[in-house]
Amino acid sequence: MTPAAAPVRFCGLALAHPIVNGSGTFDAIAARQAFGDSLLEAFPFSAFVSKTITLAPREGNPPPRLWETPAGMINSIGLPNRGLAGYLEHDLPQLAQLPVPLITNVMGSTADEVGRLVEATGERDEIAAIELNVSCPNVSTGLDIGADPESLAALVHAVRPLTAKPLIVKLTPNTADVAAVAVAAEAEGADAVSLINTLRAMALAPGRPDVPPRPWLGGGSGGLSGPAIRAVALAQVAAVARRVSIPIVGMGGVTSAEHARDLLAAGATLVAVGTENFRDPGVGSRIAAELKSLQNAKTPSSSMKMAQAQVEVDTNSADSG
Amino acid sequence: MRVTAPFGRRRVTLTGAQDVGAYRVLHAADPGGPVPWPGQFYMLAATQRWGAGHDERPFLPRAFSFLRAAAGELSFMLEDVGPGTRRLGELAAGDELWLTGPLGSGFTLPAPNQRAILAGGGVGIPPLAAWAAALAGSGLSVDALLGFRDAEHAEGARLLRDASVAIATDDGSVGHHGLVTELLSAELDRDAAATIYACGPPAMLEAVRVLCAERAVDAQLALESGMACGYGACFGCVVGVREGGYVRVCVDGPVLDAARLAAVPAH
Repeated sequence: MTPAAAPVRFCGLALAHPIVNGSGTFDAIAARQAFGDSLLEAFPFSAFVSKTITLAPREGNPPPRLWETPAGMINSIGLPNRGLAGYLEHDLPQLAQLPVPLITNVMGSTADEVGRLVEATGERDEIAAIELNVSCPNVSTGLDIGADPESLAALVHAVRPLTAKPLIVKLTPNTADVAAVAVAAEAEGADAVSLINTLRAMALAPGRPDVPPRPWLGGGSGGLSGPAIRAVALAQVAAVARRVSIPIVGMGGVTSAEHARDLLAAGATLVAVGTENFRDPGVGSRIAAELKSLQNAKTPSSSMKMAQAQVEVDTNSADSG
Repeated sequence: MRVTAPFGRRRVTLTGAQDVGAYRVLHAADPGGPVPWPGQFYMLAATQRWGAGHDERPFLPRAFSFLRAAAGELSFMLEDVGPGTRRLGELAAGDELWLTGPLGSGFTLPAPNQRAILAGGGVGIPPLAAWAAALAGSGLSVDALLGFRDAEHAEGARLLRDASVAIATDDGSVGHHGLVTELLSAELDRDAAATIYACGPPAMLEAVRVLCAERAVDAQLALESGMACGYGACFGCVVGVREGGYVRVCVDGPVLDAARLAAVPAH
């Protein structure tokens, strides 16, 4: 094993290094089928984040589900999963064999649904923390719950008492003021926030001039990820870090240790790798190892603080400009 | 049948590349890699200038079934159809690839009382060629029926070495003037005790599926799909199945029993 970056504490968890996966960008069960036990011997993340689990099973969206863009991709997967009961019975025993703590990501369309997911997953010892996917439309407003500080506050308020496990709120970038949503999450007792989720995006099918354009993706629109969104992620993590004191899992377009260091400098405690896992299954280990050399290079603490100050100046000027 | 891959992508060096008709064949040294099973595939990307083509693509690696695997060398075949295949087609001996694999699940042997018929064409040749080699190596006789657009593409049939090959072309320039399914239909009229192994463009694969369903003949289809990862992570490469829902081409396939599919998707 290559030496990884320094250990880090996150919501009471002792993690070997700051690199985790973004929800839905690594299926450890399928990966074990493809790579066998070599996956476990070099597991690339210090904690594993599951794909989103919903109360009822979901088949996901009709294909096509992917579109390659300049420096990224749009996906419209539609959260396929076995549902809560299937997850607990089938997936959880396999995920519990991973050599790292498990964070289970859940989504529901009402506070009651999310509450049932949080309660059921919160009871399981195999699960170290719960992440809420709030990129789900509020049935009464039509807005994503995570796009509206009031809806988000109501949701976290309702589910926070249902578990003692760390609760991470996964923020959507598709909102006017991501920091206001993060503040609402913190005020209602969230232990951490993670960001950014994908940016809403669309692609048209390559067509003939005589045929009106139609969306390529079976789901109509999708979410943009990859290096194309890295600068957006850095700005949003910096904006959130200025307004909350709970830890942040930063993500968006990370492909190298330098990108991870940038998000840490902007205020993140952990960094998640997402789309790059598709291109390079072992990239998490490489980033963790290279991050250690970066952090060991001259006066890490003071340079990190300087970086943070610089980020604050830059985002302030952008806000006022 | 599935051979597991070492975890992660690895850097391999091209030992050669040549044109075969309309296709490009790449040979890569993979000295430490496992011996793959026919029908399995690899994710490939150039280590240099991957992402500098039209529209700043390609970005994601591309999936290719292997054509041959012997003595630590893997061969792949491609046709220039987009930014990924264009970039890979530019590579020459000494250039490097990122490679992940072998991935997915390959073909299974025919029942003892059945012969093997390979049916396909176009960029579907590689898994059929790999399977023909394996079947011939087990002492089985193999018939292959291959369809192509024209004579230039039909040159690709030379890559299928271990079978008795019949060719059909859309323009009649080589072999039967018509569709590969017409050859297959005649073959099954002659002797229907066969398992069909098929790979090719979606419309051809769908025609093979329909023909085999009508005649109640076992068929294994090697599917192609756009995919981001190749190892089950992205859920992008799904195909609908008769039992309900979707399966991932990359981990549940790429070889699937034709009976599981209501239709071969158009893309």
